[in-house]
Amino acid sequence: MKAYQRKLDIKNGCVDLSHGSGGRAMAQLISGLFHEAFGNEWLARGNDQSAFDVGAGRMVMTTDGYVVSPLFFPGGNIGSLAVHGTVNDIAMAGAKPLYLSASFIIEEGFRFADLKTIADSMGEAARTAGVHIITGDTKVVERGKADGLFISTSAVGIVPDGLDLSAENARVGDRVLISGTLGDHGVAIMSKRQNLAFETEIVSDSAALNDLVAGMVEAGGAGIRLMRDPTRGGLAATLNEIAQQSRLGFHLVEEEIPVKPGVAAACELLGLDPLHVANEGKLVAIVAPEIAGAVLAAMRAHPLGRDAAEIGEAVADDHHFVQMATSFGGGRIVDWLSGEQLPRIC
Amino acid sequence: MKYADEFRDKEIALGLAKTIRAETHPGRPYRFMEFCGGHTHAISRYGLEDMLPSNVRMIHGPGCPVCVLPAGRIDMAIRLAERSEVILCVYGDLMRVPGSQGASLLKAKARGADVRMVYSTIDAVRIAQENPEREVVFFAIGFETTTPPTAVMIRLAEKKQLSNFSVFCNHVLTPPAMQNILESPDIRNIGRVEIDGFVGPAHVSTIIGTAPYEFFAEEFGKPVVISGFEPLDMMQAILMLVRQVNENRHEVENQYSRAVTRDGNLRAKEEVSDIFELRDQFEWRGLGQVPYSGLKLKRAYAKYDAEVRFGMNELCVDDNPACECGAILRGVKKPVDCKLFGTVCTPETPMGSCMVSSEGACAAHWTYGRFRDHQQRRAS
Repeated sequence: MKAYQRKLDIKNGCVDLSHGSGGRAMAQLISGLFHEAFGNEWLARGNDQSAFDVGAGRMVMTTDGYVVSPLFFPGGNIGSLAVHGTVNDIAMAGAKPLYLSASFIIEEGFRFADLKTIADSMGEAARTAGVHIITGDTKVVERGKADGLFISTSAVGIVPDGLDLSAENARVGDRVLISGTLGDHGVAIMSKRQNLAFETEIVSDSAALNDLVAGMVEAGGAGIRLMRDPTRGGLAATLNEIAQQSRLGFHLVEEEIPVKPGVAAACELLGLDPLHVANEGKLVAIVAPEIAGAVLAAMRAHPLGRDAAEIGEAVADDHHFVQMATSFGGGRIVDWLSGEQLPRIC
Repeated sequence: MKYADEFRDKEIALGLAKTIRAETHPGRPYRFMEFCGGHTHAISRYGLEDMLPSNVRMIHGPGCPVCVLPAGRIDMAIRLAERSEVILCVYGDLMRVPGSQGASLLKAKARGADVRMVYSTIDAVRIAQENPEREVVFFAIGFETTTPPTAVMIRLAEKKQLSNFSVFCNHVLTPPAMQNILESPDIRNIGRVEIDGFVGPAHVSTIIGTAPYEFFAEEFGKPVVISGFEPLDMMQAILMLVRQVNENRHEVENQYSRAVTRDGNLRAKEEVSDIFELRDQFEWRGLGQVPYSGLKLKRAYAKYDAEVRFGMNELCVDDNPACECGAILRGVKKPVDCKLFGTVCTPETPMGSCMVSSEGACAAHWTYGRFRDHQQRRAS
């Protein structure tokens, strides 16, 4: 006789410790909620791992943890963010992301309805990006031991032949391209923080950039030296990191750097610099000068690169400074963010 | 961005820069101290130095409330925060200010002290309401600008009959500090630093007005121009100072007339004088004990005074002997004159207070301007 199991009460129910214990409750949560949301042939086989074929060539792998607070924010939630962030880490190698794993650490009492929304967003984000979440894990911890939900994701992808993006490829005279407006994600998150809540129309830019990258690679090929997504620490941290690794400096032009008026206003109010604020759907590319025009055109032709801009160039500098001509007419350094601007933004 | 871009216009800035260049006499130095950290930050953030002739030198003053807080007061706050019943509410800038022996509120928090970052005084009152079984203390710092909000908060606590709320008061006053600088032996007797004029405070002056500076202009024969914090405000204020120097005038002029009047904000001044009174003296990092420069709560409000409520003892701590914050805050030395600057003292591991706040002279120079040191070295 088949044991009767009551359906998951997604509307009113919540996660309890039994959902992490390895028993039927856990199996039901996985099949009823996660498989439903991620639906693919690998998960359907129900193994502890998933096998897939590997083609010839080079692969890339990445991993990332998500502890964002609040879990839901204008323009996304922790689920969509986890997929976008990990896909983007793969895409920054110029690679095509293929498969993801997802691990969930859930605090008891977490509402099924919220978990379903988050899982559905992950499934949706994965489908849009053309990747599959093919293996996962679920743990439940006691109340107070996790702030609702933490997600860890890993991914693998395949690099097109002849492409080897890395900071040491950068050369003096290379151009700095940015795919759009800066600071949207950080400001969207801040606007929902309990002690900071303010009204803004800014939504997070959280998005998977692999399709944009494919177009850029087609236009620029090996002339693209490297790409990074300026997440925590913003563009400032990313360019300083590249300057150190490439043993170069950068000269930026503030007037060329796109920032939405709402983001600029919020930063003004909070005493922040948009160049330090996090992005989750933007990339910075260092490209050879002769292909900069073609890559920029390819970026602008893509919906996620509409506001793309050339914002500066690589220069010889023993101190590896990132310098900027301010829109006021003077010069300054764009330094790393010191201290914590805002914890747990991704 | 409306109401901000208008004050950051490049064309107008270039025009002002040209006028300043035309009106300054090449052989004559123009040394102006900008009192406020807000001014220091604007100068560095917008690269104003690049737009001024080389004989116009800006000297960074002590007007950064985080910077002038002595290490002893930080130690006192840490001791307070370590009490199990206390929730200490602080502005974010204070978290990394060094106390004695490398201690900071950030480190105390990591060890278990309940220190919470707040963005306004209202947050501290809310935390007190939400935690009736705990003692909530607000770490109040700042010049005349931030004192009225503390006064309002005490009124609010009174109205809500909060019995678990108090203030660790570190509010200080601008005019006594300016006077102290002008009377300091460095400046008056030895003449190691000459100041030809002051860029007067922006936000502070919205509260106290321009009248309190009239005494300086008169007594010390130094021009004072009250200036807003936007870069164009600064450029215009510098031009006004240049003209006063050229014409041998020493008056108080108000560049920031869109926000500052001669008498200031009467209501705010009244609230402050209702609740606070002068301390006989208060220690400033860099300036030492300055008479009548700090505020404390009046006896009638003693129950909101954390120093009384918790029997806090005044702690005096010496700064790192190699740290030049004191001389830098008086304008006698530049950040690069300090051996610690950029070596062991950086914004990540600040040894001195000037490296902590983004308004501090060292942090501003390190974060925005240090490329010029290398340019100068190369040129020489």
